[in-house]
Amino acid sequence: MVSILALCRPFVNLGARRLHPAATSNTKDVNVPAALQLRAYYDRAPSTLATGSHDAHRLALLGIAMTVVATLIFFVVVGIIFVGLWRRRSAPRAPATAIETQRPIDVSENWWVLGGGLAMPVIVLAGVFLLTLSTMHAYAPAPPGSPEILVIGHQWWWEVRYPNDTVITANELHLPVGRAVRLELRSADVIHSFWAPNLEGKTDLIPGQQNEMVLRADSAGVYRAECAEFCGPQHAKMSLSIVAESADAYKQWLAIAKSPTVLPQSDSARAGLNVFMTHSCSSCHSIRGTAAAGIVGPDLTHFGSRTTLAGGSLPNTVGYLAGWISNPDLLKPGTKMPAIPMDGASLQAVVRYLEALK
Amino acid sequence: MTIARGNLAGLAERLDAQWSTPHSIYGWFATVDHKKIGIRYLITAFVFLLLGGTEAALMRAQLARPDGHIFSPEVYDQLFTMHGTTMIFWYASPMLSGFGNYLVPLLIGSRDMAFPRLNAFSYWSFVLSGVFVYVSFLAGAAPHGGWFAYVPYTDATYSPGLNMDFYALALLFLTISTTVGAINFVVTIFTMRAPGMSLSRMPLMMWSTLTTSVASIFALPSLTAALIFLELERRVGFRFFDATGGGTPLLWQHLFWVFGHPWVYIIVLPATGMASMMFPTFCRRPIVGHTYIALATVSTGLFGFGVWAHHMFATGMPLLSTTFFSAASMAVSVPSGMQVFAWLATIWAAKRHVYSTTFLFLLGFLLLFVIGGVSGVMTASVPYDWQVTDTYFVVAHLHYVLVGINLFPVIAAFYYWLPKMTGRLLNERLGRWNFWVMFLGANLTFFPMHFAGVRGMPRRIYTYPAGMGWDWLNMLETIGAAVFVVGILLFIINVIWSLRAGAPAGDNPWGASSLEWSTTSPPPEYNFDVIPVVRSREPLWDAPSPSPEASIPDYRVLDTGRRTLGTTVLDGQPQEVLRMPGDSLWPLAIALALAAMFTAVLLASVVAIVITGILVLACAGGWLWPQPEGAAS
Repeated sequence: MVSILALCRPFVNLGARRLHPAATSNTKDVNVPAALQLRAYYDRAPSTLATGSHDAHRLALLGIAMTVVATLIFFVVVGIIFVGLWRRRSAPRAPATAIETQRPIDVSENWWVLGGGLAMPVIVLAGVFLLTLSTMHAYAPAPPGSPEILVIGHQWWWEVRYPNDTVITANELHLPVGRAVRLELRSADVIHSFWAPNLEGKTDLIPGQQNEMVLRADSAGVYRAECAEFCGPQHAKMSLSIVAESADAYKQWLAIAKSPTVLPQSDSARAGLNVFMTHSCSSCHSIRGTAAAGIVGPDLTHFGSRTTLAGGSLPNTVGYLAGWISNPDLLKPGTKMPAIPMDGASLQAVVRYLEALK
Repeated sequence: MTIARGNLAGLAERLDAQWSTPHSIYGWFATVDHKKIGIRYLITAFVFLLLGGTEAALMRAQLARPDGHIFSPEVYDQLFTMHGTTMIFWYASPMLSGFGNYLVPLLIGSRDMAFPRLNAFSYWSFVLSGVFVYVSFLAGAAPHGGWFAYVPYTDATYSPGLNMDFYALALLFLTISTTVGAINFVVTIFTMRAPGMSLSRMPLMMWSTLTTSVASIFALPSLTAALIFLELERRVGFRFFDATGGGTPLLWQHLFWVFGHPWVYIIVLPATGMASMMFPTFCRRPIVGHTYIALATVSTGLFGFGVWAHHMFATGMPLLSTTFFSAASMAVSVPSGMQVFAWLATIWAAKRHVYSTTFLFLLGFLLLFVIGGVSGVMTASVPYDWQVTDTYFVVAHLHYVLVGINLFPVIAAFYYWLPKMTGRLLNERLGRWNFWVMFLGANLTFFPMHFAGVRGMPRRIYTYPAGMGWDWLNMLETIGAAVFVVGILLFIINVIWSLRAGAPAGDNPWGASSLEWSTTSPPPEYNFDVIPVVRSREPLWDAPSPSPEASIPDYRVLDTGRRTLGTTVLDGQPQEVLRMPGDSLWPLAIALALAAMFTAVLLASVVAIVITGILVLACAGGWLWPQPEGAAS
């Protein structure tokens, strides 16, 4: 038995929960898995029905209209079947195989097949198609002067750039509420798909191709977007937060986001930066304002201000960050981030430093 | 239809001597009997159904609760990839080929398929390609890029290792099997129908088999090209799909879906054809709208080639192209509507209904078909597709289509035709349980997926965070999957029970109208001692002839060696006597040689590729070597 378990170990995460940092550092209840807290970071569940934009609202209405039509068709068919069976319920119980088939067809083939099976669907489909066209017609390009945001998909995180403001961030996208922004979608590796169910349908991010979409949130709030095209083992843990805020708040965020970080003043912060530079963190990550200029992983300049980490899969807290740095593969198996061996004091220092990067 | 058998004394014995395969290990491997091959197809495809089903059950176990971690993401990816690949390529299509192989010659009154050895080869290469792809699990490198295998994730940069090579090579191997099988069906149906069976009298299952076979022949080359490109890119450094080398990832998607969407119709149309055979039997009347169903079948096969890009609405295609594909995708549902209403009219116009298990499964099929059809129309609406594509809504839709229009008619067909194959009926009481449990399980599994998708749950995720509104839906789906598994087990128990204790079926237990019921259950190896003559669409429901035919023309007896009758394409007029080949080991040999060659390609050994390539050619030579009449080789 033991040997079978041992054989399974590479394939099955036996005991993973026991090792989970949630069980050791952040919560009192050892049975609460980490992600339970994630929902709290979004104002709405990521449902196409909990709409936060006019576009999504129209799409939801289109879906509801088609669902009503679909339900009607279904019940018409069910009705015909049941009435058809019911009206013969008292048929003589002749032997099952008795042949009673030499008679003319007693229903009108043309009415049934051409009327019910051809004309009716054509009329219904014409209606659905017109609804489709009118919904598509409501889409307009972003007005000139709209903010432009570059979204780059990576295995398994989102890079978000504001080219006009030299802002680079990750796994979060801020936009002014009630205003269209133009998203330029690119991929750094494989195909991903950008999907914010509350706000807009999907558009793929395809290597070698530049896709665009207009995103607009009409209600303020924090929405969850996710990758919708299978992109590898951690496709499930590749989400980003969309923060739709007032024009002032957006401007304020932009101002902070574009500023480089201030070089650390305190000894403990200096120690944290020192660990960051000497433990190869900086070969993948950038912190603008320091010498860290890696371009493989997310830019961490204002890391402390983000709500989640690891592609939106963990709350951005001291405990999770420490767990993430010391064993990323445990929290997100297959992640490209390597485990960085370091002693407890160094870990503490770098975590404190990063969390202070507001 | 009565036949004077008095002047045919000893005919059955003569035919038996000419057609029977020796009961030996040699005979087991060398047989070219379409019925044995058909049953092997059915059993093998059923095994793949169980494998694919097991993979699905494991996935449902993982997804039952949020943050499930029974399987690592890599293993989960292998499970969903192999589930889709197995079900679509090694279950759905071969299962229907199995019924086709068994039934086509019987339904058209022939003694075998047009190319019996090719038929045997088609089976052997199907089973060997399936073994090939499943060996990947033992090698710890099962395909993991989804059954659709989108590049660039599946190219060598992002998927090193043999995983996707197993996928590409196994599928290439399988396409050979499928293509020769399709050619065999087309030639058989066009040239070997019983005298009098004009195209207009041909059973509806022949229309659907013909349509899917022709569609396969035209759809598969696109897949073959895509797979060869993928292997060249992975192994040799070509850059068809690599954007950094001037390729484009969308080329793969176009090639794949130009094949993939017709394939959807290829794996449902034969099942609708089978349904059109079974409905009349249990409604005790000819089907309503025979000609319309035939037309609808053919036009679905044709339209199926014009809708592939509806899988790609979110790729940033120009809006004008998406509207075209949207309209085409809606239009393709119209012929399906015609078929549904023809079946509805048949039910409506029946004087009585026979509530057998088969009929219950057919009614279940109709309901699931309609749900899968209307959700398909919803995804054809471009902007709505932007929301629901790549979510569980599409998972729900495609499972309603494939479970509803493939699996339910297949189970119905087992209840209907297994007695013909084994001579024993299945248990009707257990059959009722089987139906209700499966019907409940299917709906409980797949209906909540619509809501999960609309509530934002993407496809192909190995886990999901709690509290997103998906938790209870997933729990329901997993419970449904467990119920569904029980339904499948009831079916297996019923088949085993029937083989041991089933009531004898007799020639025509259902009082059906088509030719396969005119011979014994199970049929003799030569199917018909006298080749039947067809005077209508329901030959066995014709009024009995007033007096037995006085004499039988020679071309319907053909007892001088393995012979059957060739007839004209349109009218089914007797045209020529066809000399049929004997048993042979060459089909197995060439399939084994091909398996060796694909293994050599997998291992990238040039020497082995050359040797096994020569072996394949040598086997082809052996196969084609002229044989004296009647000799087995």
